[in-house]
Amino acid sequence: MSLLALADLRVALPLPDGGMADALRGVSLTLEAGATLGLIGESGCGKSLTALAIMGLLPDGSRLAGSIRLDGRELIGLPEREHAALRGRRMAMVFQEPMSALNPLHTLASQIGEPLRLHQGLSASAARAESLRLLERVQLPQASARLDAYPHQLSGGQRQRVVIAIALACRPALLLADEPTTALDATVQREVLDLLLQLVREDGMALLLISHDLAMMAQTVQQLAVMYAGQIVEHGTSADVLQTPAHPYTRGLIAARPRLGLARGTRLATIPGRVPPLGAMPPGCGFAPRCTYAVAACSAAVPWVHPVGPGHTARCIRTDVVQATPPTPDVLNAR
Amino acid sequence: MNPPLLHVEGLGKRYRLSRRLPWQAAPEVQALDGVDFTLLAGRSLGIVGESGSGKSTLARIVMALERPSAGRVRLDGDDLHALDAAALRAKRQRLQMVFQDPYGSLDPRRTVGHSVAEPLAVLQGAKAAEQAERVAQALHEVGLAPADAAKYPHEFSGGQRQRIAIARALIVRPALIVADEPVSALDVSVQAQVLNLMQDLRDKLGISFLLISHDLAVVNLIADEVLVLQAGRVVERGTPESLFARPQHPYTQRLLAAVPGVLSR
Repeated sequence: MSLLALADLRVALPLPDGGMADALRGVSLTLEAGATLGLIGESGCGKSLTALAIMGLLPDGSRLAGSIRLDGRELIGLPEREHAALRGRRMAMVFQEPMSALNPLHTLASQIGEPLRLHQGLSASAARAESLRLLERVQLPQASARLDAYPHQLSGGQRQRVVIAIALACRPALLLADEPTTALDATVQREVLDLLLQLVREDGMALLLISHDLAMMAQTVQQLAVMYAGQIVEHGTSADVLQTPAHPYTRGLIAARPRLGLARGTRLATIPGRVPPLGAMPPGCGFAPRCTYAVAACSAAVPWVHPVGPGHTARCIRTDVVQATPPTPDVLNAR
Repeated sequence: MNPPLLHVEGLGKRYRLSRRLPWQAAPEVQALDGVDFTLLAGRSLGIVGESGSGKSTLARIVMALERPSAGRVRLDGDDLHALDAAALRAKRQRLQMVFQDPYGSLDPRRTVGHSVAEPLAVLQGAKAAEQAERVAQALHEVGLAPADAAKYPHEFSGGQRQRIAIARALIVRPALIVADEPVSALDVSVQAQVLNLMQDLRDKLGISFLLISHDLAVVNLIADEVLVLQAGRVVERGTPESLFARPQHPYTQRLLAAVPGVLSR
């Protein structure tokens, strides 16, 4: 039994005009204890929504279908009280902005201690001692002196360490991290990611990491799932997905990145068009209108998930053609 | 010989923090310390460094939004901070800015055409008909349609909004655009469109960029010269090729080491 299993997860969000928009359109993935999976894609593709659905934090009025199982237990339809009891205890989430994830009016000790008092019934003094241990574990400098500090007295990187300490407080089995280092400086980013990986390893936690940063993912997670328009369009080991990308969207993302070593004045490959807005999904393959490989059949039906290598799949009917073309930016630009 | 487009000498900025106790002297931070550089017309300069290194302070002083505590900023040879209000307003036609967040920098209740035309109306007092024509041209230059002028910001994607912000900077035909993290809020594919546009403006219109970014790969693409700032001081400078291939200063080496390299084949 997998720790986490999503099967054909569908989420429809309420629109301002009263209608519903399909935001997740059949997301399936599994995550084993101790494994690391990255969800990658551009804004609006459904990465964060997937995490929020797992956490049970979707906006009011959302409609869910399919299945989300944690430890084999179905979370869809779970009463809010029982979902809340899982949050923090079995699964926890780290958000992008450490400043808005922390309460500016409470000390670090009181914020880290909250889940401990709530879920584990620790006394105030025991929670304080445990908070100190957690702050030391996330390598916050001068941890004991900072127990009574407020978030504004810390730097961005230090705040994110505190957020991670809170997430880890009850030793969750699943850690969801949504762009945990995007707001941090490059040198601090690496430190925070290394810390996350170390903690995940030590506790045997599973990590679902969300990011738009391909290179960061390559160095951090074992498995990678590329999302586009509410679906996983490519899935495999990080090495396979990034070195032999089989879906045209994955190729487009890789080619569009500015890289050190490009000559000054090099034009970057772009993906024509834009991400389809909610409620206006094109028929068939969501990427077809922007795809240089698209043929008429692409828009006729949503493509099946095709195997393209061992443990490597792509939701594209043209993978044979795509894979026969070398993945260079020039190819992607030719239209 | 003409004076250089932008000449910055001995630039320093000190901020006074609030005092902890009434009888103590207020502590000060040195946000910038002895920054010198020269930017020739048509050339572009990249400023890299981490948060707190003084990048944005430098941008604000070059834009004459703040006064330096020491040193001078000369634009076309004129000391920007010694100009009176009218002369400074005239100078602003040579100098425009693009900010990081395309969502926060456009007024949601004004049409795109109104926002783009604003510098033209304020700085040059252009007539309505001329404004409409120049708006259409500026939108065209950033790859948008003239009809987009009648729409509102929420009808555009993040990348399109950043192009609108660039169109607003372009409309007065500036010689220099100060761009503070212009693509860091954008998605990868959209970022590529905006970077290509910036390269076009540099190469076709001869616009100079003072590009502030924490992303070395972005700076590498746009800048002819790069300054590395740490704690308000320039610790290293050079062409992107030499600086990124053979960083000398430990801080530059640390910045480069933090760039994930797996995909940089």
